[in-house]
Amino acid sequence: MSAAPALTVPELTAPRTARALRSTEAQLDNGLTVLAVRKPGVPLVEVRLRLPFLVDKPAHPAQATLLAETMLTGVEGYGRAEFAAAVQGLGAELTVSVDADRLVLVGNVLATNLRKLLELMALVVGSASYQAGEVGIERNRLTERLTMARARPGVIANEALAARMWGDHPYGRDLARPEDVAAVTPAQLRSVHRALVRPGRAVLVLVGDITPARMIELAGTALADWAGTPARARVASPLEPPVGPWRIVDRPGSVQSTVRMARLAAPRSDPAYPALHLANLVFGGYFTSRWTQNLREDKGYTYGPHSRIEHHVLASALGLSVEVQSEVTAPAILETLYELGRIASLPVTDTEVASVKQYAIGTLALSTATQSGLASTLSGLSAFGLGLEWIAEFPRLLQAVSLDDVGKAAARYLSPNGFTSVIVGDAAAITDPLAALVPVEG
Amino acid sequence: MPRLPAPTFEIVRHTLDNGLRVVVAPDRSAPVVGVAVLYDVGFRSEPEGRTGFAHLFEHLMFQGSQNLEKLDHMRYVESSGGMFNGSTHFDYTDYFEALPSNALERGLFLEADRMRGPRITEENLANQLDVVKNEIRVNVMNSPYGGFPWIPLPALLFDTFANSHNGYGGFEDLESATTDDARDFFRRYYAPGNAVLTVAGDVDVDKTIALVEQHFGAIKRRRTPKRPDFSEPPLPGERRGTHRDAHAPVPAVAVGYRVPDPVNQLDDLLATLLLTEVLSDGDASRLQRRLVQRDELVTDVSAYVGEFGDPFDERDPTALTISARYPDAGALETILRATDEEIMRVADDGLERGELDRVRTRLVSVLVRSLDAVLSRGLEFAKYELLHGRAELVTELPQRLAAVTDDAVRKAAAELRPDRRAVLELVTGDAS
Repeated sequence: MSAAPALTVPELTAPRTARALRSTEAQLDNGLTVLAVRKPGVPLVEVRLRLPFLVDKPAHPAQATLLAETMLTGVEGYGRAEFAAAVQGLGAELTVSVDADRLVLVGNVLATNLRKLLELMALVVGSASYQAGEVGIERNRLTERLTMARARPGVIANEALAARMWGDHPYGRDLARPEDVAAVTPAQLRSVHRALVRPGRAVLVLVGDITPARMIELAGTALADWAGTPARARVASPLEPPVGPWRIVDRPGSVQSTVRMARLAAPRSDPAYPALHLANLVFGGYFTSRWTQNLREDKGYTYGPHSRIEHHVLASALGLSVEVQSEVTAPAILETLYELGRIASLPVTDTEVASVKQYAIGTLALSTATQSGLASTLSGLSAFGLGLEWIAEFPRLLQAVSLDDVGKAAARYLSPNGFTSVIVGDAAAITDPLAALVPVEG
Repeated sequence: MPRLPAPTFEIVRHTLDNGLRVVVAPDRSAPVVGVAVLYDVGFRSEPEGRTGFAHLFEHLMFQGSQNLEKLDHMRYVESSGGMFNGSTHFDYTDYFEALPSNALERGLFLEADRMRGPRITEENLANQLDVVKNEIRVNVMNSPYGGFPWIPLPALLFDTFANSHNGYGGFEDLESATTDDARDFFRRYYAPGNAVLTVAGDVDVDKTIALVEQHFGAIKRRRTPKRPDFSEPPLPGERRGTHRDAHAPVPAVAVGYRVPDPVNQLDDLLATLLLTEVLSDGDASRLQRRLVQRDELVTDVSAYVGEFGDPFDERDPTALTISARYPDAGALETILRATDEEIMRVADDGLERGELDRVRTRLVSVLVRSLDAVLSRGLEFAKYELLHGRAELVTELPQRLAAVTDDAVRKAAAELRPDRRAVLELVTGDAS
């Protein structure tokens, strides 16, 4: 074959700015905050009703999880199947998701049927009945599902990491225990519902192809009879997580080791956050990252490592996760500690920072370019008092970050000795090699 | 019949002299663009002794190309503010980017460069072999229910190597793959005439077609392979098999049926698809009510068309699968009997008042929702163009679904007889 002349990669053309979205935020008389955004595209509306659900009681995770599983199994005038049929007939979907911080009713519906979906949601928040028969069925299913979940190495690792990081704090026991689920009664579910499923501190996000004013009007009418304000959660922020030795959780027969490392991170409100966001990307937050290039594209130890910053309401955490072939567990940890040490001690480059800035800005635009992406992002941000203005402002904050800022954030948040670490794998195969590298405990 | 929304998108088609089919779907509402290239080759075209090769080769397409070093592709996409990926299916392989619209030309260049030719080296092959083996470890070997049932069920349900082998591949086959195999595979299946390119989103149609001509036009036309007929006749009798899973805490079952040709018998397939929604979509569905709520036999159950749950992802043959997990290992026959009763109830008694309409309304809503993101819209258009020859079919599906009658769904149910199914039981624990 004759040598073809080398071609060069085209430059980017001038960027087009996103059209500003029309939005309205209103507080209804019952205290419910409604954020409505007109987002043309497909003829649907995305719905997120977010309720604060943080409670510091050992029985709460099991109660909250079972409540989420049974909330849609019977409301005034509708049995379980009738309610599901009514939702389905609107071209809608309605599910309930819960974690330590919040419960969210997540839905989507043909735009023409938004009013009817909101009316069905009003029945849920106003009259969910938690009948003994349905609670009994879902209690058994939830127990079975939790057993299945705990067979997954990632779930085992996340649970062990959370317990070690957050201790007795609600963030440390988010995953319900089967014995606690077995003890939950319908009366307890009704009591939790009465206490927490209230409009007073809730936020309803509506994103879709309807004018904001109309969506707010529909929500105001449908949800007018819902009343009350939950007591403010009196939960302290978690303590600084202990570093300690690596915790090895034995899972005999594992062909891979499931590694989780985490530490406290700056929250979004911290002036250092944009620089940390970028430092995390350079380290392991995207495919071009140093960690991915080293562990996957150079060594082939893993399908893919990821590091990300997670924002709980009371704490933010930077977490590393990777699954590596059992035989190379210690070398993979060695390379990980090396990359952490390198970014914490040596300057990052202009090219790296320019790349992650574009990536962070571009992917934020992509993730908020769909109705569902925008709705989920806004619902998540609402817990921190942030909204559309943050989505517009964050790119400017990222642009203003200097090389030095990234270096400082890396030194503070990515140094290898500040992490709480757990590993799930075949202990007989991995303990000795790992102990040669880091302090370990079983 | 409720009013169903029909998505409307402008679709412009163009074919290059080298055979590359191009679909452009402009939408100026947000400054983002999706670029997708689908090649008409998937697991089914792998040679015997090379299971998993189509997927391994997909990885090699990211390892540098004629004008790009290893890692350049990812760097250029991500440093432009975009995301990329690729995936291998039974009947095709896709490569795609979501980008800010000012990176359109760059995205086209990157795809054109690997269509010119990937850098296939011993080092890249060895590296990606390790990566793929780790992908299989994380998704299959180390994970309860990993690969169940999409890997073991076709082995029971179908007969030919093409349809029944493991698409992720056995380690022995993967390890015996050579760079020569990769060069042959590229020559045979990655000709421009064997691909569809779609661009969806914030673009000008004429400028985009000019850019496509500029970047892809010089790629030489090559012979395109004739796709073999992979179809298989109906199952002659019931089949039973077991699949062992050392990590699974409770048993599971997957019941597979061969279903109508998705391309040439689309209306029959749509009736079958609506039947699966009647059977398992949501708490009002037949199997949820019977198996979960009334008899409390299973923890979860789902019925779907297409091995990956996408009914439009394959040509003939494709499968309908009913899959369930259940706590009592002795309950399998009871579960199968109850499932058969529910299917036969649809076949014999038909649907409840309003049942088909609500299921259909929801299905259309799901279809419409899948077109919101420019990238998934581009991938959908490309898939329909490649498999059906018509990208716009996706926008016509609401009408086609609206025309499906109760009788057609009853007829689809009558086809799901016990003597036409393959029952694969997942058994927990190590082999003893």
